Amino acid sequence: MKQGLWHRLDIIARSLSPLAITLLLIMLGMIPLQIPNIAPVIPALALIAVYYWAVHRPELMTVWAIFLIGLFHDLLSGGHIGVGILALLLVHIIVDTQRRIFARSSFQALWVLFAPVAAAAMYLMWLLNCLMQGEFLEVGPVLFQYLTTVAAYPCLAWLFAQAQKVLLR
Amino acid sequence: MYRRAGSVVRLATPVKAWAQRFALLLLIGVAIALMLLDKADSVVIERARTVVTDAVSPLLEAAARPVTTFNEMTERAAQLVSVAAENATLREQNERLQHWQTVARRLEAENTALRNMLSLAPDPALRFVTARVIGDQGGAFVRSMLVNVGRRQGVARGQAALTGQGLAGRVAEVGAHTARVLLLTDMNSRIPILVGETRDRAMLAGDNTGQPRLLYLEPRVELKVGDRVVTSGHGGVFPPGLPVGQVVSAGKEGVRVQPFVDWGHMEYLRLVDYELPGILRSLEDSKTPGNGR
Repeated sequence: MKQGLWHRLDIIARSLSPLAITLLLIMLGMIPLQIPNIAPVIPALALIAVYYWAVHRPELMTVWAIFLIGLFHDLLSGGHIGVGILALLLVHIIVDTQRRIFARSSFQALWVLFAPVAAAAMYLMWLLNCLMQGEFLEVGPVLFQYLTTVAAYPCLAWLFAQAQKVLLR
Repeated sequence: MYRRAGSVVRLATPVKAWAQRFALLLLIGVAIALMLLDKADSVVIERARTVVTDAVSPLLEAAARPVTTFNEMTERAAQLVSVAAENATLREQNERLQHWQTVARRLEAENTALRNMLSLAPDPALRFVTARVIGDQGGAFVRSMLVNVGRRQGVARGQAALTGQGLAGRVAEVGAHTARVLLLTDMNSRIPILVGETRDRAMLAGDNTGQPRLLYLEPRVELKVGDRVVTSGHGGVFPPGLPVGQVVSAGKEGVRVQPFVDWGHMEYLRLVDYELPGILRSLEDSKTPGNGR
C-alpha cells in the first residue's frame, strides 16, 4: 500500500517534468548574460518547449499546463497579459488538429514544421501587441526573434529528448 | 510507448475530447479577459506581476551570479593584455581631468555665488539607490530589466534609472524587494527631453528598436546628427539635464536618437530619487534637516 503511494507520487512528479522544465527555461531565459544586443533576439524558449511536448507527449502538455506557462511568461516578462497565453494555445491547436502529420515526422521534419508553427505564433503575438498598443509595431525585432527561435529549436529539442529519456522513459 | 494507455484512451476518447475542447475554449476566454483587464490598467494585474517577480528573484539572483563572475574573469584576462598601454592613456587622461576639476570647482563656487545673488530656488536634492540587474527581459515586444531593490529600499514608480553613461529608463513596477525598469527603447517609454544647442523640447519615444524616435518636435527646429539629448525635467519626475543620447539621423522620416547607455554591460543601475520640494514627505524624512529649502 505504502509503496503504491510512493509509486504514484513518483509518476505524478515525472509527468509534471515537462511543465517544470518549461517554467525553469522561462526563468533561465531572463538571466542577464551581459552580451551586447542579445536580449532582443533571445529565442522564445516557451514556444519551443510547448511545441516539443505538444508533439511528443501531448497528454503531459495539457491546455491547463500551457495556460499556466503562458501566464507565468506574461507576468514575468512585463508584457501584455494574455498575449503569450493565446500564442501558446495556438501552437497547441495547430499541433492537435494536424496530429497525423506531426506524429509521423522525423526529428528534421519536425524542425521544418516548427518554422510555420512558430511564424503563426509570433504573428499572433505581434498582432495582439499591436491591438493592445493601438499602433503598428516595428516588424524588425519580431523577425529577428523568430529567426533565432527557429535556429535554436534543434538544440533545445535534443535537450528535451534527453530529459524525456531519463525522466519519462 | 502508448501500449498501456491504449485501451483506456479508446474508451474515454469522446468524453475526453469534449472535455479538452471545453477547457481550450474556456482558457482562451480567460486569456482574452485577462488582456482586457490589462488594457484597463488593473491594479490586480500589477500586483500579480510584482508578486511573481518577487518570488522568482532569489532564483534569478543565484543564477545570475556565476554569469557575472565568468564575465568578470574573461574581462580581467582581456585587460591584462593591454594593461601597459591603458596605463599610459589613463595617466594622460588623469592630468587632463585634474585640470578640469579645478575649472569645475571654480565654476561651482561661482555658480553658488551667483545663485545666492539671484536667490534662485535651489535644485532639489538627489538620492541614489544602487541596484543590481538580475533579469534582462528578452523578446521582441518588451524592453525591461529586473533589479534587486524594491519598496523596502525606498524605490518608487517613476524614478530614473542611470548607468555611468546616461539614462537607461524609469522604474515601472515596484515589488517588495524587486523592481522593473522600463528601458527607454521600450514602446511604452515616453521621456520629455531637450535637444540640440537651442534646447528645443521634444518627447523621446521608444519603439522596441535600438534607437528611439523624437516626437512632438516643432517643425521649424533643425537638428543635425550628433546633437546631444538630455532630460528636460518637465513633469517633475526626472532631474533635468541627465544625458540621454545623441541624434543619429534627422531626416524626413523622423529623428532617431542613439542612447549613450551600453546595453551590453548593464550590471548595475543607479535609481535616482528626485526629491521635489513641496511634495509630501513621510514623517521620518521631515525630521531630518531640510536641504537648505
